[in-house]
Amino acid sequence: MVLAIILVLLVVITVLFTFFSPWWFTPLASNWGTIDDALIITFVITGVVFIAVSLFMAYAIYKFHHKSGQKAKFEPENKKLESWLIGLTTVGIAGMLAPGLVVWADYVYPPDDATEFETLGQQWAWNFRLPGKDGKLGGAAVRFISYDNPLGVNPDDPNGQDDIIIEGGEMHLPVDKPVKNLLRSVDVLHNFYVPQFRAKMDLVPGMVTYFWFTPTRTGEFEIICAELCGLGHSDMRGIVIVDNAEDYAAWLSEQVTFAEMMAPEEEEMPAEELMDEAEDNSTGEGDNE
Amino acid sequence: MSEHHDDEMHEPTSFLTKYIWSQDHKVIAVQYSLTAIAIGLVALVLSWLMRMQLGFPGELEFIDQAAYYQYATMHGMIMVIYLLTAIFLGGFGNYLIPLQVGARDMVFPFLNMLSYWVYLIAVLVLVASFFTPGGPTGAGWTLYPPQSILEGTPGYDWGIILMLTSLVIFIVAFTMGGLNYVTTVLQARARGMTLMRMPLTVWGIFIATFMGLLAFPALFVSGVMLLLDRVIGTSFFVPEIMSLGETLDYTGGSPLLFQHLFWFFGHPEVYIVALPAFGIISDILSVHARKNIFGYRMMVWALLAIGILSFIVWAHHMYVSGMDPAFGFFFATTTLIIAVPTAIKVYNWVLTLWNADIHLTVPMLYAISFVLTFVFGGLTGLFLGNVVVDVPLSDTYFVVAHFHMVMGVAPVMVVFGAIYHWYPKITGRMLHNGMGQFHFWVTFIGTYAIYFPMHYLGFVGVPRRYFSYEDLEFIPQSANDLNEFITVAALIVGVVQIQFLYNLGWSYFKGEKAPANPWKATSLEWQTPQTPPVHGNWGKTLPEVHRWAYDYSVPGAPDDFISQNTPRQPFEKLEEAGEIDPDPTPLYPDTRGHTTAEETS
Repeated sequence: MVLAIILVLLVVITVLFTFFSPWWFTPLASNWGTIDDALIITFVITGVVFIAVSLFMAYAIYKFHHKSGQKAKFEPENKKLESWLIGLTTVGIAGMLAPGLVVWADYVYPPDDATEFETLGQQWAWNFRLPGKDGKLGGAAVRFISYDNPLGVNPDDPNGQDDIIIEGGEMHLPVDKPVKNLLRSVDVLHNFYVPQFRAKMDLVPGMVTYFWFTPTRTGEFEIICAELCGLGHSDMRGIVIVDNAEDYAAWLSEQVTFAEMMAPEEEEMPAEELMDEAEDNSTGEGDNE
Repeated sequence: MSEHHDDEMHEPTSFLTKYIWSQDHKVIAVQYSLTAIAIGLVALVLSWLMRMQLGFPGELEFIDQAAYYQYATMHGMIMVIYLLTAIFLGGFGNYLIPLQVGARDMVFPFLNMLSYWVYLIAVLVLVASFFTPGGPTGAGWTLYPPQSILEGTPGYDWGIILMLTSLVIFIVAFTMGGLNYVTTVLQARARGMTLMRMPLTVWGIFIATFMGLLAFPALFVSGVMLLLDRVIGTSFFVPEIMSLGETLDYTGGSPLLFQHLFWFFGHPEVYIVALPAFGIISDILSVHARKNIFGYRMMVWALLAIGILSFIVWAHHMYVSGMDPAFGFFFATTTLIIAVPTAIKVYNWVLTLWNADIHLTVPMLYAISFVLTFVFGGLTGLFLGNVVVDVPLSDTYFVVAHFHMVMGVAPVMVVFGAIYHWYPKITGRMLHNGMGQFHFWVTFIGTYAIYFPMHYLGFVGVPRRYFSYEDLEFIPQSANDLNEFITVAALIVGVVQIQFLYNLGWSYFKGEKAPANPWKATSLEWQTPQTPPVHGNWGKTLPEVHRWAYDYSVPGAPDDFISQNTPRQPFEKLEEAGEIDPDPTPLYPDTRGHTTAEETS
């Protein structure tokens, strides 16, 4: 009896909590409102099932809890009822899955006009790279990394010379322009996650992963790491600043290219040594594009 | 089956062979369970420490980042492998399989004994890592490389090596036990115990064991390979990387390969824990509702379907891992399909309560709370399985809340329910009811208070595996208050578990003497000539089975249950002859026992 009341109470609390608690989606700042929609569809369908099953159980306990002289009804199975339930469940599942897959197709294939930028993660910092005027990122690998070349851009790749290197964990993006974020990691797994953008993806050493999004409002957003990456995991922060077109152009004009960065100290010894040493076990793994 | 053989049970005579180096499945079951509970207590304490850091950051000064990640890693691994897997298969599997199928013991008793002792070694190796320089590994329970084997990760020196070694040893132990369980179910059933008359508990454990035998090898090889990467510098899982400012010697390995192998084991593992729980709960519900489990055959097929499907859903743990995202279409579809047989099980549990005669005993309270918790956790699993919905939620507290509901609280509810249910048979004494009721209410409401609100932190986007949330702008201040509340709830729930252990000990000495069949259950373990059952279980003659395990409240029967070894009754013959109302939906003959093949032979 008490149990039946408690079950009903739990359902009531669950519903009220959903509507009245202060904890809900962080306000959206990207095109991925469709992900929120797919989530809401899933939420509604599963919520109805939860309420129905819990209340059914509560009612059954209320109605059929033991009273003297009561006897259960012997009913091994009921084909018709079981078929109906299977059918309804299948419809509910399809109702969740179909919109989910449609949005996923959108997530997997970036639009043609998406411009690329690169995020490089390391314990515990973010660096970025833009392809520069030629629109192509130069090849890069861990073995090219040195004090002067923190992102490991291949110094011999002509595509890389005009790449724009952004150190210090602060990245700017233009508002309302789709971007494809190419992800590399220097050391361990990381995950690029801006809660307001919804989208996220792991950075995996040895390969280039990606996801895309379109920032839809200007402002400053925190990048956090969402894949355990060691002791500093919770302190691995960066910033994305979404600018309007003029601000973005102004910011971009202040950035240095890879060639400019390397120019004054190209022949420096330590970097050379590091490169030589690394060449011995070079496999081409991790080269970009 | 010579009489001569039946007379000699080879009972052990000395204390050592009876309780320590025992080959009796019942003793081994208790050994397995007590060891699992003991190591589970370690996991419980670790969870308190983690919750202290999350609810009251900085209050306990000895918890730094390294310690926090070590607690998280060890808590997860202990709960999943060393507690839940061990107690369901090594504990309940060992105790219940021979008794429920009507066998004298497991078919390979010596191997069975070995299985326990090897398991104990695995546990000791794991515990040893707490006492090594650098402590246990803090790589997260998934042990993802490269991080898990890099210098700078807690437990780099010994922790990770001992963890992997312990896992490999555990799998050896499991394989010895597992082969035994499967063979016993297939070969040692009593006369008349057809597969479709077995209690669902046996079905659940049987299929789970089979899955374990297929899934654990994936963990075994990935464990060995990771160990080689760590110790002798092979590059199975580690590509060219730079750590602590130096380029390491690794080259060409794939971190994703480890993840695939890990989850190829890891997802079936969820069901290796869940299926025994499903089976046990079906039986507890049926017994205490005095009603046959609804849709028995569908329940068996659903178990089988879940078992098979669970091998092709693993990459739903990897939607944002960087694997080819096109895989998402396939794995989302298979994952949501598995919801259908799972839903069937839920429907049949709740339909078993309909038109029943529900006795709200402590095991029944746990069974019902399991259904609620499992429904909650199963439904939130659909969010995470539905690929694109997983994107914002993965690696947030929504995931933590989900898997604790579905794989933590739900199976633990079953463990409690099962202990309250079978304790009288195991010890000959009843557990104290008042303590049991108190334990139940605090645990049920407490765990809901812990994990239910946690889902909403996930909606906010609060990331998991964070030592602290300082200066994260998107997280509202109120989330800290919620974290405090959750911590307090967790501490309370934890303390009540100590009271449960006290009940186990107290009742063993002072509990009310248990009758042979206190719940008036039909299955064979309640029909043993002695309680607790002695070596060999059945005395001189093995039981003979004449019906399924769910003849509760059969129309025309004098009692509201007919045990499986009761021959066909006169009223049942009348029923067949059409002189009284037959079952509303007649079963296949071999399910309930209306064939006469065995009886006439």
